[in-house]
Amino acid sequence: MGSYLPNSPDERRKMLETLGISSEDALFAHIPAAVKVDALNLPKGLSELAVRRHMEALAGKNQVFRSIFRGAGAYWHYIPAIVKSVAAKEEFLTAYTPYQAEISQGILQSIFEYQTMICELTGMDVSNASVYDGASAAAEATAMCRERKRQKILISGAVDPQTAETVHTYSFGSGAPVETVPLRDGRTDPDALCAALTPEVSCVLLQQPNFFGLLEDVPALAQAVHAAGAKLIVSVNPISLGLLATPAEQGADIAVGDGQPLGLPLAFGGPYLGFIACTKALMRRMPGRIVGETTDADGKRAFVLTLQAREQHIRREKASSNLCSNQALCALTAAAYLAAMGPGGLHEIAGQCAAKAQYAAARLCEIDGVSLAYQPPFFHEFVTRLPATPNAVLAALEDENILGGLPVEGGILWCVTEMCTKEQIDEMVRIVREVCVV
Amino acid sequence: MKLIFERSRPGARCELLPPCDVPAAEWTIPLRATPPRLPELSEIDLSRHYTALAKEAHGVNDGFYPLGSCTMKYNPRINEEMAALPGFTGLHPLQPIETVQGALEVLSTAEELFCEITGMDAMSFQPAAGAHGEFTGLLLMKAYHDSRQDTARTKILVPDAAHGTNPASAAMAGYTVVSIPSNEKGCVNLDALRAAVGPDTAGLMLTNPNTVGLFDENILEITQIIHDAGGLCYYDGANLNAVMGIVRPGDMGFDVVHLNLHKTFSTPHGCGGPGAGPVGCREFLAPFLPVDQAVRQGDGFTLEQSMASIGRVKAFYGNFLVVVRALTYLLTLGREGIPEAAKNAVLNANYLMHLLKDRYQMAFTEGVMHEFVITLEEEKKQSGISAMDVAKAMLDYGIHPPTMYFPLIVHEALMVEPTETESRETLEEAAQILHEIIDRAHNEPEALHQSPKRTCIGRPDEVAAARQPRLRYLFPLN
Repeated sequence: MGSYLPNSPDERRKMLETLGISSEDALFAHIPAAVKVDALNLPKGLSELAVRRHMEALAGKNQVFRSIFRGAGAYWHYIPAIVKSVAAKEEFLTAYTPYQAEISQGILQSIFEYQTMICELTGMDVSNASVYDGASAAAEATAMCRERKRQKILISGAVDPQTAETVHTYSFGSGAPVETVPLRDGRTDPDALCAALTPEVSCVLLQQPNFFGLLEDVPALAQAVHAAGAKLIVSVNPISLGLLATPAEQGADIAVGDGQPLGLPLAFGGPYLGFIACTKALMRRMPGRIVGETTDADGKRAFVLTLQAREQHIRREKASSNLCSNQALCALTAAAYLAAMGPGGLHEIAGQCAAKAQYAAARLCEIDGVSLAYQPPFFHEFVTRLPATPNAVLAALEDENILGGLPVEGGILWCVTEMCTKEQIDEMVRIVREVCVV
Repeated sequence: MKLIFERSRPGARCELLPPCDVPAAEWTIPLRATPPRLPELSEIDLSRHYTALAKEAHGVNDGFYPLGSCTMKYNPRINEEMAALPGFTGLHPLQPIETVQGALEVLSTAEELFCEITGMDAMSFQPAAGAHGEFTGLLLMKAYHDSRQDTARTKILVPDAAHGTNPASAAMAGYTVVSIPSNEKGCVNLDALRAAVGPDTAGLMLTNPNTVGLFDENILEITQIIHDAGGLCYYDGANLNAVMGIVRPGDMGFDVVHLNLHKTFSTPHGCGGPGAGPVGCREFLAPFLPVDQAVRQGDGFTLEQSMASIGRVKAFYGNFLVVVRALTYLLTLGREGIPEAAKNAVLNANYLMHLLKDRYQMAFTEGVMHEFVITLEEEKKQSGISAMDVAKAMLDYGIHPPTMYFPLIVHEALMVEPTETESRETLEEAAQILHEIIDRAHNEPEALHQSPKRTCIGRPDEVAAARQPRLRYLFPLN
């Protein structure tokens, strides 16, 4: 059996003696016998070596693909060695929320730097210290927009379905009605949006690039949303912001997204990182932790958790959210990633993703019967129609240890990142051709 | 210390990517007007920056961390290595089922073992943190009442000693919160509870041992009162560390449970997260659990979507790598190690309280479990020394202070949770330091008000921070 108890049985005995009792059981004597268990039906404990073998065997039952052309909310990117090394530092790994500012300046400063980077990426005024993931960030953002007379949430049909489902679940709690705005040719239908923008609409959630990889005309949609007195939430892919106009430039009141592409592994879906950034006007509605700058008594720059009057430990049922734990270490990872990339590196990655996606799309569309399902422009994801069933195509790729795109209505949603070399793309296209051209 | 932006030098960079091997993209879309002002650093400058930041942080590995309610136990290294296995980190969450059998086995095995520990029948690992689990668990209760057309149940009862997340989660789930006063022993006031229940009671949220570190001996009566009124009982697993392997929430009458894997099951707290807040429930609530649920099917595993599900509370399957760590821990400790950890958590807390009780007034001394609460109310009246002063003085000795000013029902509270992974020697050293601090409180109270003195900053001006928020770096104007 493994154990992490530092006290030997002899030391424990001495401690019990000091307390004047004979065994630890005396410390549990007041617990009613009716609720005590004799023993749990758990396996016997294992040594470190045995547990390592067990877990390695479990990991070995999974298939790690050598090429990945699937995104849809989780993206295959290069993670620089320095980023992993920063995130593994024990001082960060084993600390908790920086409640004690005097011995947590390193943590607080790292969060302050993260907040600044998220503001720079999105163009917004204020970022919090992170939430669970992009989907819950979107759900929290809808709660920020809620007014007494404006409760309804509109979600574009081109928002990631998992994000949309999460907003629906949160609304089951809050009671806010949710309506989906239909699409026209893969993008939010502006006429349908205008028709849905009734006076009870509090906010509209769009995604840019949208779930099908397409770029939406967000500024035009933003105008309609604001004209109706509602708020605009835009869910963005942070890598795309190395190139694309920021949510702020496009008229968003709140920008949200998943920070996983910023140095976090695919990891079967988590832990990832949700970011929320908003205009100054919405600052006091922000959920979760926020770090601010101040000074100590000597005038020295200092960082603290601030605006806590919003939070659950002060406001209880009147808090802006129940958020307590967040994804701080993931935020630290993302900040280290953005610092390692710098403005040039982020621009380069965004450019390579876009270039490789365009190249892959063009090569795929050279195959007879393969075509883009929707008009460009797209960023690094796109949908193709196919003359074969998606399953046949994906199975052929899987046989070569390649993870193809995600089957969606009308075809396959592909994603191409900087991780895919020209040779890997050409190989993928060759296999798709073999299936499609019989 | 310099901010990372102040270390930035134009043109400095890390060389990370090969040149693009396909033609450049052609664009017809609006690009951003200016690049984001991310710092430009060479790798050594970046590395040194974070090493410098790490020196101004205090983790469990830096010293004693008796932060009550947060269970800052040692984070075993093997857990980190297992969570870094490429067979886990390299999995896309939307891979075909047959290619993620090991990952689904992790979830399914963890479900079986955690259900055994909690006395529940099913569990979802999707919630990312304790508060997220609370919200999820409350939605299960809501979906259950709704499924029976029992829609008049609009109230959730929460003891006044509860964590702030409890009432906040209940409000998010659309419930009205009714606060139940504690009795003189810090436990639920049964008369007040009886008076509060009725046909509008959706349920009760309770932590047991509670937030003052006491096991509520009336627990069976409490859950019975709620059930008799037609409500459900929610167990906040924040303090399960004290009783795991000894008492099960299911046997106490609870219907829904959340666990904090980052507290009870040794996964690291990461400066505030990621944690994991899996939610377990009894059979009749299982159909309402979030999608997707990993289940055994024949010789393998698959993902199932229940039609009655509340939906999803985040994307994918939760903080999966946190579950990998917790499972590693669970398999390591096993049948004997789990209760042994709980017993030693309680022993350590009682031992430290014993070493302190002559000098510090305890809010409660009978039946203390894994944490105890000091009250400096009298001390403050006499010497002017507050809980804040004692906490800040501890910083100069390299100890992370206990949780301050919580629970709210105890004035000038310091909530101390040593955990089972601290040695007797550490506890005795901490007691000695706390004795010294209380001596100083009487001999040199002014100096204590000024502490800490040996940290990189003194007490920060929190009022100014909130009044004029500066929440991001302001770049100098060129």
